[in-house]
Amino acid sequence: MLNCFRNTRFPTVLGAVAILLCGSPAALPAQDTSNSPTPASIASPAPSSAVTPVPVVGASPTPSTTQGASLEDRVASLEAYINNTDGTKTLPGVPGPGHNAWMMTSSALVLFMTLPGLALFYGGLVRRKNALSVLAQCFGIAGLVTLLWWAFGYSLVFGKSFNNPFYGGSEFFFLSGVTSAPNTDYAFWVSQNVYAMFQLMFAIITPALIVGAIAERMKYMSVLLFITIWMFLVYFPQAHMVWGITGLMNGIWNTNSQIKAIDFAGGTVVHMTSGWSALILCLILGPRLGFKKEPMPPHSMVLCMVGTSMLWVGWYGFNAGSAVAADTIAANAFTTTTLCTAIAAFTWAMMEKILRGKASVLGFCSGAVAGLVVITPACGFVNPTGAVICGVLAGVIPFLAVSVLKPALGYDDALDTFGVHAVGGTLGAILTGIFATKEVNANLKDELLASLFVSQLKAVLVTLVLATVATAVIAFVVKLVIGLRPTPETETAGLDISEHGEEAYISL
Amino acid sequence: MKKIEAIIKPFKLEEVKEALSDLGIEGMTVTEVKGFGRQKGHTEIYRGSEYTVDFLPKIKIEVVLGDGMVENATAAVVKAAKTGKIGDGKVFVYAVEEAIRIRTDETGEKAI
Repeated sequence: MLNCFRNTRFPTVLGAVAILLCGSPAALPAQDTSNSPTPASIASPAPSSAVTPVPVVGASPTPSTTQGASLEDRVASLEAYINNTDGTKTLPGVPGPGHNAWMMTSSALVLFMTLPGLALFYGGLVRRKNALSVLAQCFGIAGLVTLLWWAFGYSLVFGKSFNNPFYGGSEFFFLSGVTSAPNTDYAFWVSQNVYAMFQLMFAIITPALIVGAIAERMKYMSVLLFITIWMFLVYFPQAHMVWGITGLMNGIWNTNSQIKAIDFAGGTVVHMTSGWSALILCLILGPRLGFKKEPMPPHSMVLCMVGTSMLWVGWYGFNAGSAVAADTIAANAFTTTTLCTAIAAFTWAMMEKILRGKASVLGFCSGAVAGLVVITPACGFVNPTGAVICGVLAGVIPFLAVSVLKPALGYDDALDTFGVHAVGGTLGAILTGIFATKEVNANLKDELLASLFVSQLKAVLVTLVLATVATAVIAFVVKLVIGLRPTPETETAGLDISEHGEEAYISL
Repeated sequence: MKKIEAIIKPFKLEEVKEALSDLGIEGMTVTEVKGFGRQKGHTEIYRGSEYTVDFLPKIKIEVVLGDGMVENATAAVVKAAKTGKIGDGKVFVYAVEEAIRIRTDETGEKAI
């Protein structure tokens, strides 16, 4: 009684009602003599079931379910919680506190990757007159994509009412029905609203990555309009195809998937889509004024390094969080992410030392990001040895892409979104097909592994075609409607003052 | 009155300041500047982009002195700032027409 009162956050009047209701046996969950109620077990479920006499579908457990169950079934459900398997027999609609805690932490970590991680990584690399424009683009995308995700995005990716391999469904539009109860299509023990927020953070960082290719020379409103259409035509279908329960390329969870590919944390969904789109958009946009004529060095390598380090830290939520549980697969992803990233950073800088005589901070930063990108699709499927090989290749191949391929072809991918994310993402998707092993992830069945390499190549091809074709169409539409480039005067003065009315650094 | 303007290597600032202080010189103005002479610049590489940086960081010291002190002061600056390598900088001496101490309205050598 006293616990019940202490744990409710109702205003006084409601509180009194809650006390009365909590006091009645019907409102007390799992009041079994063998299991004395802890404060936690009363805290959250009790008030909601107390205030709403009719239980919300899939919400907190009704006491009768648990009371009628045998002790054996109830223990089995607890074991299911520890093993991250189906425990809905006696605990339907109940999130597991440990898994939920990790996923909320992971969601915050993935947001931290964009704000401020990626914003500083990119912001430091541009000239000082455009530093704020990059931050404004990242922040703007965070707000815009959240709105789209709430209204349609989550449902189009993770719904299933369309029963379609390309788009999910309409049942979760406006997050209706997305409650704290798990959606067992995706996780047995994680609240669906937490899962929706976790996946939202992925939807935010993906278009924000494109900003790197078009930095310093695209109108703010054109960026936002481009991203809005891009989310509907590229991200939502791609994420559904790979992760949606009815998706085209969801090799593990959709038994009817046409392409049996795997992508643990988004090598194709996040890095290939953003990277290949970035290349096409920067080609259509054209180079920055003065490109190759005047120097355009980074204005702050310190901010860049700080941002990169934040990306690395946040990436643990991205990769290990993609297990959607605090389980053995998450632990493996955490390990492989560390190995690949550190080795890639070191390899990239050593490549510079050998080929140019100097190991640079930007080299370490680029290598770290390349390592993170390459291990992203693989982290929950490969063992430490596979991760080390991925790390070495991540330090070599994207390095060659940005230091040899880019100067040779002459496109102005300002901050190397293509060289790092498209090349790294594609490399990672292919390497996943080589190094994935069922010893790490028991969800990988023999028949899937047998044809995995070919499946991965098919997934790479589908992603590449979708991203490039859709981006070309969207870019031309936006160019036609509101234009892409600011005036030369605006671009010369810098986007900070002309587009945002602010300066990053004020002296005198 | 004369003004000594010396462009020196940044890491030599402390030694030059000490040398001038030892002569009893009580004030100077220091500015961080960039420029190039015979030393030329260097190259910086950011991933695939290579830039030549022509302007190198230097320190400009300005000191205004009575005519009698100029010879010793320039000699002290040159001695303190010298490394013998390219890029050591230069010293210029200008004539100064007038000096005014704002607080007291004093003029001429009394004001410096």
